[in-house]
Amino acid sequence: MRAFLLSRLSQSLALLVIVSIIGFTILSIMPGGPSSQYGLDPGMSQADIERIKEQLGLNRPLWIQYLDWAWRLVQGDWGRSFRDGTPVLTVIGRHLFATLLLMGTSTAIATAIGTWIGIRGATHRYSLFDYLATVGAMVALSIPTFWFGLVGIYFFSLRLGWLPAGNMYTIGDGSVLNYLHHLILPSIVLSLVHVAVWSRYMRTATLDVISQDFVKTARAKGLSERRVLMKHVVGNALLPMITLAGMQLPTILTGALVTETVFTWPGMGRLFLDSLGYSDYPVVMGLLMFSAILVLLGNLIADIVIAVVDPRIRLA
Amino acid sequence: MSQEPTVFNPLMPHIEVDDAVHFSVFDALVRMDPQGVLQPNLAAEVPSQKNGGISEDGLQWRVRLRDNVRWHDGIPFTAEDVKFTLELITNPKFRAWRTAGHSLVHDIQVVSPTEITWRMKEAFAPYLSFLAETFIVPKHILEKEADPNTAAFNQAPIGTGAFKWSKRIAGDHLELIANPSYAGEGPYVERLIFKYIPDMTVLYTQFKSGAVDLVDQSYITADHYEEARKLPGKQVSLEHSPSIESIYLNLGRPQFKDPAVRQALYAAIDRKAVIDTVYYGVVTSTETFMPQSSFYYNPNLPAQQFNLNRAREILDKAGWKSGADGIRAKDGVRLSFTNSTTSGNNLREQTQQFLQQTFAEIGVEMKISNLPAAVMWGEFWLKSQFDTAMVGVTYLIAADPDATNRLATSAIAAQGGRGSNTGQYSNPEVDSLLQQGARTFDQQERRKIYNRVQEIVRNDLPFLPLFQARNVIGRKEKLTGFTVNTNTRTASWNAAGLRWAS
Repeated sequence: MRAFLLSRLSQSLALLVIVSIIGFTILSIMPGGPSSQYGLDPGMSQADIERIKEQLGLNRPLWIQYLDWAWRLVQGDWGRSFRDGTPVLTVIGRHLFATLLLMGTSTAIATAIGTWIGIRGATHRYSLFDYLATVGAMVALSIPTFWFGLVGIYFFSLRLGWLPAGNMYTIGDGSVLNYLHHLILPSIVLSLVHVAVWSRYMRTATLDVISQDFVKTARAKGLSERRVLMKHVVGNALLPMITLAGMQLPTILTGALVTETVFTWPGMGRLFLDSLGYSDYPVVMGLLMFSAILVLLGNLIADIVIAVVDPRIRLA
Repeated sequence: MSQEPTVFNPLMPHIEVDDAVHFSVFDALVRMDPQGVLQPNLAAEVPSQKNGGISEDGLQWRVRLRDNVRWHDGIPFTAEDVKFTLELITNPKFRAWRTAGHSLVHDIQVVSPTEITWRMKEAFAPYLSFLAETFIVPKHILEKEADPNTAAFNQAPIGTGAFKWSKRIAGDHLELIANPSYAGEGPYVERLIFKYIPDMTVLYTQFKSGAVDLVDQSYITADHYEEARKLPGKQVSLEHSPSIESIYLNLGRPQFKDPAVRQALYAAIDRKAVIDTVYYGVVTSTETFMPQSSFYYNPNLPAQQFNLNRAREILDKAGWKSGADGIRAKDGVRLSFTNSTTSGNNLREQTQQFLQQTFAEIGVEMKISNLPAAVMWGEFWLKSQFDTAMVGVTYLIAADPDATNRLATSAIAAQGGRGSNTGQYSNPEVDSLLQQGARTFDQQERRKIYNRVQEIVRNDLPFLPLFQARNVIGRKEKLTGFTVNTNTRTASWNAAGLRWAS
C-alpha cells in the first residue's frame, strides 16, 4: 500500500509539472495578453501599456516567468490576480462556496435518482420504464444544458413566476430558504445530464452482476428477491461506479461553466471564463493547477476505496 | 452590468464598469457635466486663466479646495491628499493607469490645507479635463502601505464620495451604502448595489422582471430596444455614446495612400442600410470623430452620399483600372484588402457583408477575417498590423477635444511613436493645430481650432465614419434624478442624485 501510494504520488507530481508547463506556455503564446483590454482605452498610450507589461513582469523570457511562478508556487505563493491584485487562493476561495453548493446539490440528486433508475431499468429490463429511461437519457444527453436552462427560466420564472430567474440569493435576504429557492432550477438542470450518464452506467453494471452465478446461488438458497437485490446485486454493481465517482469528484469543485453563466451563478466556471477573457494568467494558472490536483486526487481516492471495499483488488 | 467591477483603486488600470464605483466612492478635483463643461468637485472653483488658477503661460497652476470635506473614516481631506495622489501616479513602483499630463507636473506645493500649487513642464490645456478622471485617494491610509499595488485599500476603498464601501461578493455583486455626511448634494438612496450579470440577454430579462433598477454598461442590446420601450413602468431612452464606429484604414498599406481610393470607398458605403437594417436605427450617422454631445462638435461637415456611380468615376479618374479578375489595380497594387473586427459580434459581421457587396460592385475586394477580442485589440491593432478594421473608437480622453493620441504623427506606435494613432494618419497641418489646441486654454479659441481639425480629417478620410453609437439605457420609471453624461464612461456617474419617487 505504501509503495503504491509513493509511486502514485510521484507520478502525480510529474503530471502536475507537465500540465503546468503546457498550460503556462499555451497561455503565454496566446496573442493579446493582459494589456490588450486597454487597447481601446483612449487615455492609455502604447507607452502606458508597455510600462504596465514591464511592471507585471511580462517582458521577461517565458522560461524565467515560468520558473519564477513555479518556485513561488512550491513555496505556497499562488501569485496575485492581474485584474485586482488579490491573492489567487483568495479569489478561488471566494468562488468555491457557490460552486460547491450548486454542484454538491446536483450531484447528490443525480446520484440518488440515477442509481435508482439504473437498478430498476436493469431488474425490469425491456419494460416500459426501461424504454422510457433509455429514451429519456438519450434526450437529456443530446440537448445542450443551456437550452434546458433557458427553457426552465422561461417556464418557471417568466411564465409561472414560481422560481427565480437566476442568482444565488436575493440581495439583502441571505436566509437558507432563499438559497434553496434559488438552487432548485439550476441544480435540476445540471442533474439532468448527470442522471442520464449515471443511470446508464448503473444499468449496465447491474446487468453484469445480475447474470452472475453467485446471484443465482443466492436465489437458489431461497433468499427473498429484495434481499438478493440489496445485498448481492447492488453492492457489487456499485463497485465500478466508484471509479466514475472519483472522476466526477473534481467537477464538484471546478464548476459548470454553462449553467453558471445562464443562471448568473458566481462560481468557479464563471471565474475561469472571466479570467481567461482578461488574460488574468495567475488566476487561470491557479484554477488549472487546482483542478489538475483535484483530478489526480479524485482518481487516487477512487483507487484506494476500490481496493478497500473489493478484496479481489490488491494495490501494488 | 455585464462586466464585473474588480478594480477599486481608481488610479490603477481599470475598465469602464469600475468607473461606476469610482464615481460613487470618490471625488475628483473637478467634474465634467453633461454639457461638457467642468464643474468644481473637491476644488472650490475650476482653475482658469481668468480667475488666476492658471498662469498666462499655462505653466503655474493653483487650486483652491473645499473646506469641511471628510474621508469616510472621518479624517479631514486636505491639500496633502491631492499632492499624495498626483505623486503616486508618477511613482515608478506604482502600477498607474493613465500617466498622460501627470508626467508634466512637478514642484507640487501645499500652501495651506485648502490650497495647492504646482508647475507644468509645458502648457497643456487638456490636463484640466484629465483631472476630472483623476480621483483623489487618502494619504493617511495609503502612505502606510509598503506596496500600494497590493494595499488592502484596493479591495475596500475609502473615499470622500457620496457612497461608502460596504462589501463585495466576488462574481456576483458589490454593495455601497450612503455617506450621510457627504459634502456635495445627496445621496438620496440608502444603498447602491452593482450587480454583475455576464449574459446580455439575462441582463435584459432581469431588467424586464424588475430585478434590476438601472441598466448600466453594456446597456440593453439594440435588438431589444423596440420591446423595451413598451415595457410598463420602465423608462427606456437612447443616449449618445462617445464611441464612433468607423472603418479604420491602415494608411501604411499602399492601397490606401491614394485619397481617391478613400473617397470612393466612403461613397460606396450604404450607410443608411447599415444603420436602419443592422442597427435598428438606434445609432446616428456622423461625419467626424468628435462626439455630437461635445462642445467642440462641428455640425457643418459635408454629408456622405451613397453613390456607386460616383465611386466608380472617382476610381476611373484616378487611374484604377479593372483587371481580368474584375478587381481594380494601379501600378501593380490591387484594390483588395482584409477587414477585421472582434469575432462573434453579430452586428459588425452583418455590416461587413453589406460593405463587401457594395465594394465588390465598384471593383474592390474586401475579405473578412475576424479575430477574438484579445487578439484583435492586442498588438494586431496597437501596432497597425491590420489592413482595415471595423472598430468603435473613443477619440477624446476625459472628454477633452485634444485628439493628439489618435491623430498626430507623433502618436503612430508602428513608427516608434507614443500613442494610439493605429491608422498611421499623418498631416502636418493637423499636427500643428493639435499642438496649438493643447496649449490654448480659452474654450472659444479651442472650438475654432478643433472645428478646423474636423474639417481636414473629414476631407482626408483616414477612417470612414459609419455612425456614432447610442446606448439603450433602461431604468425604472420611479427612479428619478437620473441624467446621462456622455462625457463620462458610465451611466452611474451621478448616483448621488438618484432618488425614488414616492
